[in-house]
Amino acid sequence: MSATAATDEVLIARIAQGDRLAMQVLYGRHHVRVFRFGLRVVRDEQIAEDLISEVFLDVWRQAGKFEGRSAVSTWLLAITRFKALSALRRRKDAELDDEAANAIEDTSDDPEVAVAKKDTGAALRKCLSALSAEHREIIDLVYYHEKSVEEVAKIVEIPENTVKTRLFYARKKLAELLKAAGVERGWP
Amino acid sequence: MMALSKKMLEREPSEIEMLLPWHAAGTLNARDARRVEEALARDPELARHYAVIREEFAETIGLNESLGAPSARAMQKLFAAIDAEPARKPSAFSSLSTRISGFFASLSPRTLAWSASLGALALLLQAGVIGAVLIKNQSSTFETASLSMNEPITRNLAGDVRPPRALVRFTPDARISDITALLDSYRASIVDAKGGLFRLQFGDRAMSKDEVAGLISRLQGEKIVNLAVAAQ
Repeated sequence: MSATAATDEVLIARIAQGDRLAMQVLYGRHHVRVFRFGLRVVRDEQIAEDLISEVFLDVWRQAGKFEGRSAVSTWLLAITRFKALSALRRRKDAELDDEAANAIEDTSDDPEVAVAKKDTGAALRKCLSALSAEHREIIDLVYYHEKSVEEVAKIVEIPENTVKTRLFYARKKLAELLKAAGVERGWP
Repeated sequence: MMALSKKMLEREPSEIEMLLPWHAAGTLNARDARRVEEALARDPELARHYAVIREEFAETIGLNESLGAPSARAMQKLFAAIDAEPARKPSAFSSLSTRISGFFASLSPRTLAWSASLGALALLLQAGVIGAVLIKNQSSTFETASLSMNEPITRNLAGDVRPPRALVRFTPDARISDITALLDSYRASIVDAKGGLFRLQFGDRAMSKDEVAGLISRLQGEKIVNLAVAAQ
């Protein structure tokens, strides 16, 4: 590697040549965010760890086809999303329903909520976790992964206007969960 | 926690309102960011809404950061899988693009700007050479469009011969117009550049040793050339 850090695009070009070192650098740069994005979708650390191996193996295999139409990080998240949803489909639907229901019950009835009322930050984090996968995903992409409207549209494969409205309704749902947990902020 | 008015929540969100989360994350383009800033400055209700969004933004980051990191197992698994993959043959096209990217990344902005002007001229020159070859070959009735990327293009254009090359350093006061005129008069193109040295290629045919020596000698006699040596 040169003294100046190689851009992700240069690393991808090197990976396309079979450069293992470039792969290590790219992995070092992005694996934590890829892991966290996957984990928020599949909600299982073991599966999320398997996911990142699969995602970066895909990068190794497909690097030569990367056309640079989007940022490398956007491409990585799009692959992660596809693989995470495939992993979810492999799990039993009933298992997922139970999990989602438990998550929502936790925010309203659990004694923790009483504590959460004094710590709105903790309540917010709890309610963020209780959102549907679709809503969690869009909030994470915009706030944590710092993706623009265009980039989210590419990752989630929906029109840009839908990206904006989906985030708005995700936030509205978040406000409803907060209200149910005793945190009033006027929504909805 | 900031309280928002019911009026704001019950109606359909405005375009500006929907952009607020991206404004908080700093991912809006300059034009939209300015529109949002102006709206926030004149609408206190919108500003309260924005404060709520900033809380969500901060807590979303906090939540994601609390998720930890994967174990070393994931990386071991990945590289074991990569090692098990069949060895790949580097494609000449990718190799060329990597070299080009690396080359331009290594240049300073000033050198890059200067080289860009030379590059434009070199492109025109190359276009002229290619155009001349095409006109010369117009008698051919039909040819496939296939091209082996493992061989330099000049092999096909110049009938399996390699034109001479030289490493040239120009004087510090050489103007772009002088250099482009020199390139033009010698039918030269820039192959690469490093540390102020330019590798030039001359014409499109091979030359005898004597011809190359004469060429180098002429170059060394040029007012704007500090150094000229034959090169590969």
